Amino acid sequence: MALGIGIGMFVLLALIATAVVIIGWLIAVYNGLVQLRNQLDNAWAQIDVQLKRRYDLIPNLVETVKGYAKHERETFERVTQARNMAVSAKSVGERAEAENMLSGALKSLFAVAEAYPELKANQNFLGLQEELTSTENKISFARQFYNDNAMGYNTRIQTFPTMFIAGMFQFTKRDFFEVKAAAEREAPKVSF
Amino acid sequence: MWEQIRANRRRSAMLISLMGVVLVLLGYCGGEMILSGGGGLIGLIVAAVVLLVQLGFYFGGAQSLVLGEAAGAELKHDDCPRLFNIVEEMKLASGLAVMPKILLIQDPAPNAFAFGRTPETATIAVTSGLLQRLNRDELQGVIAHETGHLINQDVQFMMLAVVMLGSIAVLAQIVWRTMRLGGRARSRDESRGGGQAQLILLVVALLLAILGPLMARILYFACSRKREFLADACAAQFTRYPEGLASALEKIAQTAEPPAFVNKANTPMFIVNPLAAMEESSSVFDSHPPTGERIRILRSMAGASLGDYEAAYRKARGGGLIGAQSLQAAPAQAVRDASDEGPVLSRVDARATIRRNAGYAHVQCTCGLEIGVPPGYDRKEIRCVRCGSVWPVPTA
Repeated sequence: MALGIGIGMFVLLALIATAVVIIGWLIAVYNGLVQLRNQLDNAWAQIDVQLKRRYDLIPNLVETVKGYAKHERETFERVTQARNMAVSAKSVGERAEAENMLSGALKSLFAVAEAYPELKANQNFLGLQEELTSTENKISFARQFYNDNAMGYNTRIQTFPTMFIAGMFQFTKRDFFEVKAAAEREAPKVSF
Repeated sequence: MWEQIRANRRRSAMLISLMGVVLVLLGYCGGEMILSGGGGLIGLIVAAVVLLVQLGFYFGGAQSLVLGEAAGAELKHDDCPRLFNIVEEMKLASGLAVMPKILLIQDPAPNAFAFGRTPETATIAVTSGLLQRLNRDELQGVIAHETGHLINQDVQFMMLAVVMLGSIAVLAQIVWRTMRLGGRARSRDESRGGGQAQLILLVVALLLAILGPLMARILYFACSRKREFLADACAAQFTRYPEGLASALEKIAQTAEPPAFVNKANTPMFIVNPLAAMEESSSVFDSHPPTGERIRILRSMAGASLGDYEAAYRKARGGGLIGAQSLQAAPAQAVRDASDEGPVLSRVDARATIRRNAGYAHVQCTCGLEIGVPPGYDRKEIRCVRCGSVWPVPTA
């Protein structure tokens, strides 16, 4: 009789201990995933900040260039149109597409500026050029950081045993912020 | 990235505790030797006091101690947009939470270093000579290397290591001196009853007192060199352009003049050891690996990832640098193209920035002299000290 109680107690304790360990592990993995997801969200927000900054800089740039190169209307329109498309884009994929177009349009704008020596001597233009080039760099660095970590996160939620918890609490795979052609990865080349 | 930071933190904690063990052992054995019976406890207390004093230095004026008279001007965006932008670029590439402060030091010798114990006080300092010599890609490489130090928490670790190193050295001195003073008197009345345990303690205490500081120093410098390599690896990964840092290191090493504010205590902080920039030989007491070797490793990288650096490092030196877990977490990366942006910045004047930040007004005399008017100056005109002409003082 006493022995029976002993075994029962033992089994019960063992069950409780196992449950505690499993729940502890669940909590640790879940918290780890939440932390990763927040860090990713933050990395995404950093890209957003830089993209917004680029939208803000572009009208200034177009105005400055317009003052010197009135006949390049087509180029201005392309830049403005690409900018507006990027601003109104919804999904990550759409956004990336529009951003790539914008990069291309900016490239041709800087190429146009090449033909106007007075423009290239303008202090305001030079300042804008440094800011825009750096903003392009910042976008690609923020994107690089986001993509590296999105890859780590995706691997994490698709591999055993984390995948069960990820599935249970709807941790979903993240899109990469991709650039199509390798040539478009560069900031618009600006040489003066 | 986060995996690597964690691995680094584990390694640091291990090394610091190893030095702690040496300290405790030295305190215990030394105490037991000098005052047999309960002396070990006193030895431990002495060790604790020594450590506390050293920690006091660490939390107290360590920053001013390191920088000394070199204190420069903190840069804002408009003071030097390009440098500020590059630092911000590297902040984004590394995922640093807070934008580090930027300090400009007026010194013709090109060099850079990072300091600051916490993310809020993290600072990257560059000399004006650096800005004048490097193009954008090179400057980016240097800043990325310093950002790597910040991300890896090297500053914090190296300062703690110095605290441990100092404590061990001081305690060894104490043990050594008291043993020589008190040893003779005691040997007369205790030589018969000593026994084997006493002998072992004596040997351990002596060994630790002599070898402890030496070993700690060797360990410290080995860590310092390893962390330089690691920061190089991070720089390549952040910029995706190892050549930028390689060519910057080359330029920095070619300048013979060390910055004016260098001394032996602060050399481990610089991107290139200013006192031995081009030395090819290496010893266990070097704070930096030979610059030539660092350049060779960077240039033999196949891509720009941590894995590529690891491969190049293994080929050049044998043995690994980065932990397997960190490598697994780091995806492969291709090297980007060089940016073709202008060569070097025009003159950046740190003194002018310091004056402007301090509220100085600026007057340009026709004789060429630039006059800085201090904020407390209350007259309407100022006389040029060189040619004697009188100029109105601009009102702020």
